[in-house]
Amino acid sequence: MRLSKSRAPFYTFVALLLIAGFGLAAYRHIAFDVPWLPGEKRQIWSIEAKIEYLAKGEPVKLSLAIPDTQMGFERLGEHTASPGYGLAFTDAAADGSSGRRAEWSARSVWGKQTLYYRVDMLVDPNQRVDLSSPSIAPPKMLQGDGPQVTAALQLLENALARSADNFTLTRELIREFRTEAQSAQLLGQAQTRIDWLVDLLHHAGVPARKVLLLNLEDGRRRQSLAPVLQVFEGDGYQLFDPATGKQGRKPNQILWEYHSAALLDLIGGNQSTVHFSVIEQEVPVNQVIERESVRRSSLLDFSIHSLPLEEQALFKGILLIPVGVLVVVMLRILVGLRTSGTFMPVLIAMAFIQTSLLTGVVGFLLIVGVGLMIRSYLSQLNLLLIARISAVIISVIVLIAVFAVLAYQLGLSEGLKITFFPMIILSWTIERMSILWEEEGPKQVLVQGGGSLVVAMLAYVVMTNDIVRHLTFNFLSLQLIFMALVLMLGSYKGYRLSEIRRFKELLPKDGN
Amino acid sequence: MGILGMNRRNISYISAYNPRYLMPLVDDKLKTKQLALEHDVPVPEMIGVVDSQPAIKNVELLLRGQKSFCIKPAKGSGGKGILVIIRVEEGRYYRSNGQPIELPDIQRHLSNILAGLFSLGGAMDVAIVEGLIVVDPFLAEYSYEGVPDIRLIVFRGVPVMSMMRLSCAVSQGKANLHQGAVGVGIDVGSGRAVNAVQRDHRVSHHPDTGCDLMRLAVPRWQELLELGCACSDMTGLGYLGVDLVLDANQGPVLLELNARPGLSIQIANHAGLLPRLREIEKLKNPARMSVRQRIDFARRHFSAEPLAPVAPSEIIPVST
Ligand SMILES: Nc1ncnc2c1ncn2[C@@H]1O[C@H](COP(=O)(O)OP(=O)(O)O)[C@@H](O)[C@H]1O
Ligand SMILES: [Mg+2]
Repeated sequence: MRLSKSRAPFYTFVALLLIAGFGLAAYRHIAFDVPWLPGEKRQIWSIEAKIEYLAKGEPVKLSLAIPDTQMGFERLGEHTASPGYGLAFTDAAADGSSGRRAEWSARSVWGKQTLYYRVDMLVDPNQRVDLSSPSIAPPKMLQGDGPQVTAALQLLENALARSADNFTLTRELIREFRTEAQSAQLLGQAQTRIDWLVDLLHHAGVPARKVLLLNLEDGRRRQSLAPVLQVFEGDGYQLFDPATGKQGRKPNQILWEYHSAALLDLIGGNQSTVHFSVIEQEVPVNQVIERESVRRSSLLDFSIHSLPLEEQALFKGILLIPVGVLVVVMLRILVGLRTSGTFMPVLIAMAFIQTSLLTGVVGFLLIVGVGLMIRSYLSQLNLLLIARISAVIISVIVLIAVFAVLAYQLGLSEGLKITFFPMIILSWTIERMSILWEEEGPKQVLVQGGGSLVVAMLAYVVMTNDIVRHLTFNFLSLQLIFMALVLMLGSYKGYRLSEIRRFKELLPKDGN
Repeated sequence: MGILGMNRRNISYISAYNPRYLMPLVDDKLKTKQLALEHDVPVPEMIGVVDSQPAIKNVELLLRGQKSFCIKPAKGSGGKGILVIIRVEEGRYYRSNGQPIELPDIQRHLSNILAGLFSLGGAMDVAIVEGLIVVDPFLAEYSYEGVPDIRLIVFRGVPVMSMMRLSCAVSQGKANLHQGAVGVGIDVGSGRAVNAVQRDHRVSHHPDTGCDLMRLAVPRWQELLELGCACSDMTGLGYLGVDLVLDANQGPVLLELNARPGLSIQIANHAGLLPRLREIEKLKNPARMSVRQRIDFARRHFSAEPLAPVAPSEIIPVST
């Protein structure tokens, strides 16, 4: 009658998992010098440009602007993936008139093409590279028709009157564009604002150019470059946002193209796009030097570092899910916490990682709170369950949209991150809690809702821990160990912490 | 004291002795009822099943002439979704707490049941309409507004531990412990109370009726034990919670079966299940023992006051 068989195969399996997990991790540690702990670290941004275009079967020449060592960043290594293409890097001209470019060529390709270029930039605050100012184009005719030129010169004249040097002139000129909406709109019909700004500054004899800037944020995918105005004064320069007039450069912004050239030149194809993925890596000091040399891949070097950056960025998050799951399993099997929806807390924790804890908790409470109110109205309408759940889902989405817009209007850009919440899961949570409320009263709602929130916060704390992130990202074999742990927990027959309290009158006292 | 914890219960007893394919028999009250009828196990009278929207529309036909009844979701648990109507007057239906409701309220409740509001994971469900259980007058004074039921843990066909669950005001007429009902540990041998708890704390008197719980002795105990063993035999489940009630007219009837019985019964009895379960695990083949032999085994090993085997008729309720 007893169903279970011998436990020996189970324990062997768990032991094998543990041995394989630790063994592979040790191998990576020894053979590739991956440290166990995140020691003293240098920050490296790995940036990947993904070029996609449609080839027409003709010879193709494609040239992409690529960055070089610059203020605050040192270029370490670069890497391309473009099978079937010839590749050459052209260096920057000595006089600074042209920048570095990667040039691909192929005799005959057809259909959709994807090329990758990837570069590692080391953050180095002491790095300074002087940029030579662009030669000012010989006073050329301003673009556009008569009225546009008149309007543009008028804006320039106003700005000149209120400025003292090149930087103040730029600032005032951008302000003119912002305040004189009508002129700005008229000018906008001929070319973009930033092109007007460059032309007008040149007209006034100020060296300036358009540069392309990339915002560096860990785990971002499908990013594009932002055009920014670079204005020189003597040996120094300043960056200006053409839309807001904001001056200066943040430390996590890198200049991708800064030689007044196009980002991408393509002959023999069309419909080209360039997207960027970014991930941040913390690399021990001694490894920074070696980084370039070792990038061969073998089967045993089973790491996600061999994937394209876009997928790496994705995996950075995915690999943390098992950690969150492990936290939930432990809290349920060892502690006996009750949550509403088994793994809902993990998903909430994932959302917290995107939103930051405080915003996340506030957002969660807001959505669930207001959702419960809406749901209590729905319950009076006497609807079928499926329709009611759907109504809750729609309300949650509307709520999220409303909160996002409200937060943005109030200037709380943090509030926008509320969209990271898993909406369907939240809707089910609201539905369950509201039934719980009707059946067993608000206290149970607080107990289970609070339980879920506590578990989510705990999972968040563990998942954002530096050591945990370092280990999961660098040692893929850790997943085998998680597996073994979950299996062992699954056969744990001892008491739960909550049971020790519940049965305390029945259990033997500690003292004797 | 050998308390059985949740983890050990799940691993060593439920998944070890309850084959998955048998679980639907007890997770679906309708299937349990059909099984019981096939095996001549007494159950509350079946009035009908409501399994579709048209059936909800026509439910008045089904209820016509019924003076009292109980509606429950076939896949419900923990007392969820149970609607007890104790009398019908002038088209109004009175719940066990005296609250009157109308037909549309009942229809809404039925449609909630069908949509899966009370079933695990929101699965589609059907509603069972059955006759009201009238509490045996002897037990009536121990219960407030609801039907007290008797929970028996039967392991490999042997009764192991039992308790009586008495509904009270806070549990809203439901005899489910986590809703606040009083649990009275009952000696498996004699049917007498050994201990009582409410919300995991010891009590000596019923909070609403004020009855002295320690003087409770369940009438027709031997019959109840035999019914419990019969239930275990008919399902084939090794670790089973059997919920029985003592109906004033029908006598002992089966209310529902549970393949994952809770652990509070240990608190109600102030005793752990583990030593008793281990004792039964030592038995070579309890399936070959007769029901009487199994009950005798339970009497000998699990009772504080072992009595000589007695014929059912000899068990006389000790009056209070
Ligand atoms: N036919 C009935 N007549 C009166 N009360 C009932 C009836 N059926 C159930 N009840 C009450 O509802 C409670 C729960 O019923 P039960 O069938 O055990 O469902 P659950 O699986 O939700 O516990 C019982 O303890 C009893 O108090
Ligand atoms: Mg029950």
